Amino acid sequence: MGEEDYYLELCERPVQFEKANPVNCVFFDEANKQVFAVRSGGATGVVVKGPDDRNPISFRMDDKGEVKCIKFSLENKILAVQRTSKTVVLPEKRSLKLLKSHNLNVNWYMYCPESTVILLSTTVLENVLQPFHFRAGTMSKLPKFEIELPAAPKSTKPSLSERDIAMATIYGQLYVLFLRHHSRTSNSTGAEVVLYHLPREGACKKMHILKLNRTGKFALNVVDNLVVVHHQDTETSVIFDIKLRGEFDGSVTFHHPVLPARSIQPYQIPIAGPAAVTSQSPVPCKLYSSSWIVFQPDIIISASQGYLWNLQVKLEPIVNLLPDKGRLMDFLLQRKECKMVILSVCSQMLSESDRASLPVIATVFDKLNHEYKKYLDAEQSYAMAVEAGQSRSSPLLKRPVRTQAVLDQSDVYTHVLSAFVEKKEMPHKFVIAVLMEYIRSLNQFQIAVQHYLHELVIKTLVQHNLFYMLHQFLQYHVLSDSKPLACLLLSLESFYPPAHQLSLDMLKRLSTANDEIVEVLLSKHQVLAALRFIRGIGGHDNISARKFLDAAKQTEDNMLFYTIFRFFEQRNQRLRGSPNFTPGEHCEEHVAFFKQIFGDQAVMRPTTF
Amino acid sequence: MAAAAAGAGSGPWAAQEKQFPPALLSFFIYNPRFGPREGEEENKILFYHPNEVEKNEKIRNVGLCEAIVQFTRTFSPSKPAKSLHTQKNRQFFNEPEENFWMVMVVRNPIIEKQSKDGKPVLEYQEEELLVMCHCLFVYFFKCILFNGTFLKAMEDGGVKLLKERLEKFFHRYLQTLHLQSCDLLDIFGGISFFPLDKMTYLKIQSFINRMEESLNIVKYTAFLYNDQLIWSGLEQDDMRILYKYLTTSLFPRHIEPELAGRDSPIRAEMPGNLQHYGRFLTGPLNLNDPDAKCRFPKIFVNTDDTYEELHLIVYKAMSAAVCFMIDASIHPTLDFCRRLDSIVGPQLTVLASDICEQFNINKRMSGSEKEPQFKFIYFNHMNLAEKSTVHMRKTPSVSLTSVHPDLMKILGDINSDFTRVDEDEEIIVKAMSDYWVVGKKSDRRELYVILNQKNANLIEVNEEVKKLCATQFNNIFFLD
Repeated sequence: MGEEDYYLELCERPVQFEKANPVNCVFFDEANKQVFAVRSGGATGVVVKGPDDRNPISFRMDDKGEVKCIKFSLENKILAVQRTSKTVVLPEKRSLKLLKSHNLNVNWYMYCPESTVILLSTTVLENVLQPFHFRAGTMSKLPKFEIELPAAPKSTKPSLSERDIAMATIYGQLYVLFLRHHSRTSNSTGAEVVLYHLPREGACKKMHILKLNRTGKFALNVVDNLVVVHHQDTETSVIFDIKLRGEFDGSVTFHHPVLPARSIQPYQIPIAGPAAVTSQSPVPCKLYSSSWIVFQPDIIISASQGYLWNLQVKLEPIVNLLPDKGRLMDFLLQRKECKMVILSVCSQMLSESDRASLPVIATVFDKLNHEYKKYLDAEQSYAMAVEAGQSRSSPLLKRPVRTQAVLDQSDVYTHVLSAFVEKKEMPHKFVIAVLMEYIRSLNQFQIAVQHYLHELVIKTLVQHNLFYMLHQFLQYHVLSDSKPLACLLLSLESFYPPAHQLSLDMLKRLSTANDEIVEVLLSKHQVLAALRFIRGIGGHDNISARKFLDAAKQTEDNMLFYTIFRFFEQRNQRLRGSPNFTPGEHCEEHVAFFKQIFGDQAVMRPTTF
Repeated sequence: MAAAAAGAGSGPWAAQEKQFPPALLSFFIYNPRFGPREGEEENKILFYHPNEVEKNEKIRNVGLCEAIVQFTRTFSPSKPAKSLHTQKNRQFFNEPEENFWMVMVVRNPIIEKQSKDGKPVLEYQEEELLVMCHCLFVYFFKCILFNGTFLKAMEDGGVKLLKERLEKFFHRYLQTLHLQSCDLLDIFGGISFFPLDKMTYLKIQSFINRMEESLNIVKYTAFLYNDQLIWSGLEQDDMRILYKYLTTSLFPRHIEPELAGRDSPIRAEMPGNLQHYGRFLTGPLNLNDPDAKCRFPKIFVNTDDTYEELHLIVYKAMSAAVCFMIDASIHPTLDFCRRLDSIVGPQLTVLASDICEQFNINKRMSGSEKEPQFKFIYFNHMNLAEKSTVHMRKTPSVSLTSVHPDLMKILGDINSDFTRVDEDEEIIVKAMSDYWVVGKKSDRRELYVILNQKNANLIEVNEEVKKLCATQFNNIFFLD
């Protein structure tokens, strides 16, 4: 197993605290994610450390007996200490207010600080759960629901254990996770995790079943919307993604692990102490230790070693563990830090050694552009709503968040395609096919293709003298019209004469490039054509006479010069009542030339009425 | 006037008139270098049709052509005579490769009239043949497509092989030469492109790239729909000839099974094919027959530089046809054909119905189905694109046009005027039958319009053509 194989790791900077021992009790508060190390009941000190706290809080309190639980309120304002099962002490005098009371027989409870929902276990089998939701100083009762217990041998009384239940938010929805152990009486091949969806409104519903295919001791974490199941017996973990397609039986979706089971990446405990003893090699940390305690969503605590870690998912190793590129993309696009990994997957599938087939490449592009289009649409409807002035009236209107899964054309161009087309060893057929596939995908999602992608296609075609292919692409308007593209085509005329016509057609379609058309025609000495064109669009009153006369003179065609000269004389007559050129037009040399060839008499006389 | 009477059909003398279409009198190929000395003249002749002609007459005719070419060269060294025109016939000369001459002798069309004393009088219609010289080029090019160049044949096996190849090719092809149906479109030798939206076009691109990837021996691919081109991996000049071959020879031969439909007996011969409509137009007829022959026609492309010899596989599903071209050194096996059928067949079937659907949507969106007041033929020399609302259907034997032959002749005349000058031009003709015919040439594009407006004057006709350009050709640079 190479090091690149581990896809789960413990965070690099754990929260370190004094190990649990007979005189030092350690507590963890899930709401504030703080670890309390209480020495001798608080008499010799309490040290509180949270994941983000630079400076731990330390204080002393009187030892009034064994501490059962100790917590701060939010923002560390009030400390609460529980020493007996029925009293909570607040070191300062405060008054508490009873908000609401419900009468229930409660076996145990579980609170989820992220969603502010508490679950109460009721009934003899402990398997009817009653959720309450706290919000803005009120507490609302949600519909209760029953967890189906696996069939157990008659001798033992089945019941739902608190240890087998967890609550976590996955893809923005709250789920109750139930670890259903393997029962010998049923046909199941192993334990399962059953996900009950607990909506804000409405009844709780069984939605997903994660098949573990093994038995023994398990622990659950939720990291980056993935359910991580640790298995102590094998010291490995598996991950599940409920957004990936599973087998749907009409009411529940069954999922299998996304990847083969792997251990968490081995972790070295850094050696604390003076610099003199650094020669000592770091001690490997015992993973999956029985002293580990796991909290939601992603916390692992080793009380015996004095560490609190956050569990993390590493995406790079997954690239090689998931051969199905479509599924890999589906998986990566849901992850927070996915951008660079996705781009590297794209580069890899276009590399010579790991080249993917065109249908696979197409699938990957389609998945990227699907996300890209979703974001563009959200942006657009937001912009429209803002424009319509709904931003003030509707507080729900939020600017869409651009996640890392949004990979636009410039990302793909910069990180993938521009390097790809430079690879000399790549067959040009493949290069063109890939570029066209990306353009096809963008078009399929109705995303306007940026000009630099078109330029990449043209560059590649020109490099390989595939002018006729280029011609056909332009003929079917696969490469969108633009002035830069038209200019590029003009420059290709000497290699491929039809490029001239293609360029003129494009300029015509742009309808904002009339000046350019005139310049092109004049440069080709098509003076009459230029004049007819500008007259056709009604621009002939504003053109420079000198420019046209210059061009006409260059053709050394006297009759052409005569025609053009006469045209401007008539224009002068019409606009100013006289056929003469004004000094500002700088046509003196042309007038002289005209007289020299055709005689003074040929010059038009002012018409008088 | 003879032309007018010929077309009238219902005139009082019509019953007494007999028309004879133009006919091929002879066709031969020679190289003057091969028998320069007296007594060896026969060696010059590489091919002669009809072969039954007596040897000395063959030698005489070849000698005459040689003399004409030599004689006219003194007047115009770079452009020797292209044709010689007499009362009864016309001879066309063409030198496709250095010192290789092709000559075609065509008898002018004849009208046999009854004179007053009851004797038949033959009237030769000399001016009608202008168009046909182009057939010669087309046939020469087809010859290259299927045989390679003369020089290459000489290299491969000397004069003997060249003669064999010419015999084999022309013997068959001269029989399919239909001189009377030649018109402007034959002069252009253009390609009709299938109009298509960008997305469907990109889908076809994607399909072609995937097929070339999975059938990795494929070197070039061409894609056609409704006998119109959508994609060519071949260079333009090669595609032009392949297109001619496909649309005038191969496709028409395979029309019947298509019309017969799915449940016809022809279909029933190919069981196991129910997943798709794909079938081979060249190569094996029945893939389930273990003895099926996998022989494909050979074609030669890029004859100017790389000189490639290829097998031509034509595969069709509904109206979509794909040509796969593979290197001639590789011999496609029956297994390959089966694989091709299983990969291409289903995808091409889906694609063909997509194209059909999209085409109908576009047609509906472009609206007005009503017959316009004009008909036109358009040709662009740059991409060889042709478009005609004059032709209903063009097959090698019949050119079904919706306008009178006289008007077609005027188009031919305007065209020959255009070819004489390089500059852009416009010609407007009022035809005898009250039709207006307009020819426009702008930046290597030609447009011919036939207007049916009896009482229109020149200005109105000009306006009408401007309008046509604005609606039909607004996306190209076409000067008014």
